[in-house]
Amino acid sequence: MAAPRIIVVGGGLAGLAAVIKIAEAGGHVDLFSIVPVKRSHSVCAQGGINAAKNLKGEGDTTAQHFDDTIYGGDFLANQTPVKAMCEAAPGIIDLLDRMGVPFNRTPEGLLDFRRFGGTLYHRTAFAGATTGQQLLYALDEQVRRYEVDGHVHKYEGWEFLSSILDSKGVCRGIVAMNLRTMEVRAFQAEAVILATGGNGAIFGKSTNSVVCTGSAQSAVFQQGAYYANGEFIQVHPTSIPGEDKLRLMSESARGEGGRVWVPRTPGDKRPWKQIPEAERFYFLEEWYPKYGNLVPRDVATRAIHKVVYEHGLGIDGQPMVYLDLTHIDRETLNRKLEGILEIYEKFVGDDPREVPMKIFPGMHYTMGGLWVDNNQMTNIPGLFAAGECEYQYHGANRLGANSLVSCIFGGFTAGPIALKYAKNVAGAEGDGGAAAEIARQAEMNAQLLKNEGKENPFRLWRELGVTMTEHATVIRYNKGLKQADEKIVELLDRFQNVSLADRTQWANTSFAFTRQLYNMLELSRVIVQGALLRDESRGAHYKPDFPDRNDEKFLKTTKAAFTGATEGPRFEFEDVDTQFIKPRPRRYDAAK
Amino acid sequence: MAKTVKFEIKRQAGPDSPAVWENFELEWRQGMNVISAMMEIAANPVTSDGKPTTPITYDSNCLEEICGSCAMRINGKARMACSALVDNLEQPIKVEPLSKFPLVRDLQVDRSVLFENLMRVKAWVPVDGTYDLGSGPRVFPQQQEANYPLSNCISCTCCMEVCPQFNEATGFVGAATIAQVKLFNNHPTGKVFKEERLRALAGDGGIQECGYAQNCVEACPKQIPLTNAISDVGRDVVVQKIKDFLRG
Repeated sequence: MAAPRIIVVGGGLAGLAAVIKIAEAGGHVDLFSIVPVKRSHSVCAQGGINAAKNLKGEGDTTAQHFDDTIYGGDFLANQTPVKAMCEAAPGIIDLLDRMGVPFNRTPEGLLDFRRFGGTLYHRTAFAGATTGQQLLYALDEQVRRYEVDGHVHKYEGWEFLSSILDSKGVCRGIVAMNLRTMEVRAFQAEAVILATGGNGAIFGKSTNSVVCTGSAQSAVFQQGAYYANGEFIQVHPTSIPGEDKLRLMSESARGEGGRVWVPRTPGDKRPWKQIPEAERFYFLEEWYPKYGNLVPRDVATRAIHKVVYEHGLGIDGQPMVYLDLTHIDRETLNRKLEGILEIYEKFVGDDPREVPMKIFPGMHYTMGGLWVDNNQMTNIPGLFAAGECEYQYHGANRLGANSLVSCIFGGFTAGPIALKYAKNVAGAEGDGGAAAEIARQAEMNAQLLKNEGKENPFRLWRELGVTMTEHATVIRYNKGLKQADEKIVELLDRFQNVSLADRTQWANTSFAFTRQLYNMLELSRVIVQGALLRDESRGAHYKPDFPDRNDEKFLKTTKAAFTGATEGPRFEFEDVDTQFIKPRPRRYDAAK
Repeated sequence: MAKTVKFEIKRQAGPDSPAVWENFELEWRQGMNVISAMMEIAANPVTSDGKPTTPITYDSNCLEEICGSCAMRINGKARMACSALVDNLEQPIKVEPLSKFPLVRDLQVDRSVLFENLMRVKAWVPVDGTYDLGSGPRVFPQQQEANYPLSNCISCTCCMEVCPQFNEATGFVGAATIAQVKLFNNHPTGKVFKEERLRALAGDGGIQECGYAQNCVEACPKQIPLTNAISDVGRDVVVQKIKDFLRG
């Protein structure tokens, strides 16, 4: 038989990692990406990548990394894949090092490691404050090498619209749209790997990039793929509020000694410098003496939320707290954190070496995602998923610096398995369903172009973002979640009246966006309804009316299936694999 | 209307369509940047004289000046739109596409030439494979600190846009690619291709096209020491040429 055709959708770390493994094994890959792959969202990761290399004489082990990850995720992650990831992590760091990632070094020329949240070990390798950028470039360079020798064909500027399913429900390729010519075309393949990232855009403003809409995940969810743990959304404790987006202030700022505080007196009008030490409330250090400023993200986020909204201690009465680095000398800050400090300086205008930063929690990471088995395959045969778009490595809360390793590990796992699957799968009958899928997509596009309503898609999107941020982020109430679901239903209804200001068929970005918006709306119901059903608090999911974790009822993976009905998705719950570490209470006010 | 911000944006429906300027007047907001203004226009696509128009086509992604997407000319200067804060700009704020690259639509241009150049100079470290081969070569902090800035290049192409030599007549490769040659030639494993990279920069369109205008280093949003890279690589190219000549 001819060489199998494999499609990878998404050119961030997970997608590129999969491509490299397939190309290295002699396979051929068609790589699809909305943006040139070097501009993928992985570039935004700042702080580092975790691996228990134990180069600081602390006795760190991969078993300890595994335990921290499971514990940090509040025991919701299936343990078998997480264990494998933690065991593979040191080898992944070595590989990245060999590929030329300019990791920071010790005086002896070895890899340097910093501390990150949710662990007591120096386990995070880093390249300045631009680790994601450096890692993405290293993989991008290797893929370029395979592109030159013909193993990889890139389709940059193409957007995934849907998978092609044959009469038996087996994935036989994808339909994609050229974002310049707006051409819709079928690409056949024996296996497809989605590596399409998170869904921050559903929340309007987030720390995510513009392309992180969750549109591809939603499209295949609507075609029958399960979506798991959708309700688990990480709100990063320290983001910089902005007009166009929330910009991340990396956890490494705290890893290098940054301290979070507010004035002890509500409404204290004094400039920060005039507030003496005794009148500053270092609330994370007081509430969590063992971990201090390096408690996991969900814990830090709720603490900031509490100090602002319950204690009324936000700076100037605004929803903001100080993240202070001014006690650390300039030279150290420049060496270890320059990249992130520049971001603050550039976008806010203050120098964080001189003035404490003002930060507030912002939507950051999608723990949930497409349901996959231990082979990274969704319930649609032939359709795989890796990276942030799938659910399996972070449970109810992701630890800082675990995302980069999970993306690369997920891609490294998915690539070879997809290649093996593609070599063995029986050929498709006829066109495998390609013509039918093209027709379905063409019909959707035609409908959108001829719609004559009054709704502007960008304004509908803003309304969605406001609703989701209000009801489905840090604190969740069932009443609010129900309101949010009703609002989404209203928006879905109004979507039928969307009228495009631009109906041309050349580089029409609002047309592409409107298609994404529909998928965002469908996926937002999975998030809201999943949160509604889960009457407990676990990791990032927190309900004041149900403040405790309830393992008896909810130590389960949430699985949503698309129904097309007005009530929304159908939910079922699946047992979590806890065969290695017995669930125990999770607390950070003392050593675990 | 409260305090407003005025924009003049160059529109062009396609590569062969005529260019027209459209004016917009938007409500001022704290922390507003050029990107948030274009988002506002998309949500309310009406010009300042009340004429309905279309949302503006432009490239953007991270909005943190790290993905390199949103390069454009703002008040005549090539820069990233995400970090262009409205309060720091003279009004009306004039926004145009980069001028040295094929136009797609409005502010969107095709910059794939840079990625092609990176292929030509083999801008990668040729690892044996992705299987476990132990740790990489030792690198002292001093060397890491020298290489790291070069590795920060976001491929925005601002350095190429502002370079007087970067044009069809010279076919000049541009500063970004030359800096990557320096980066990979410095790497303990990457330097195995050093000679090939230098030869790729030796001919027409190569490093000798540089006219030392030094615009590149000023335009670079990442403050990459581009002129140092050009002089270092330029010297290496000359040495390589002599070696190749003597070897016959």
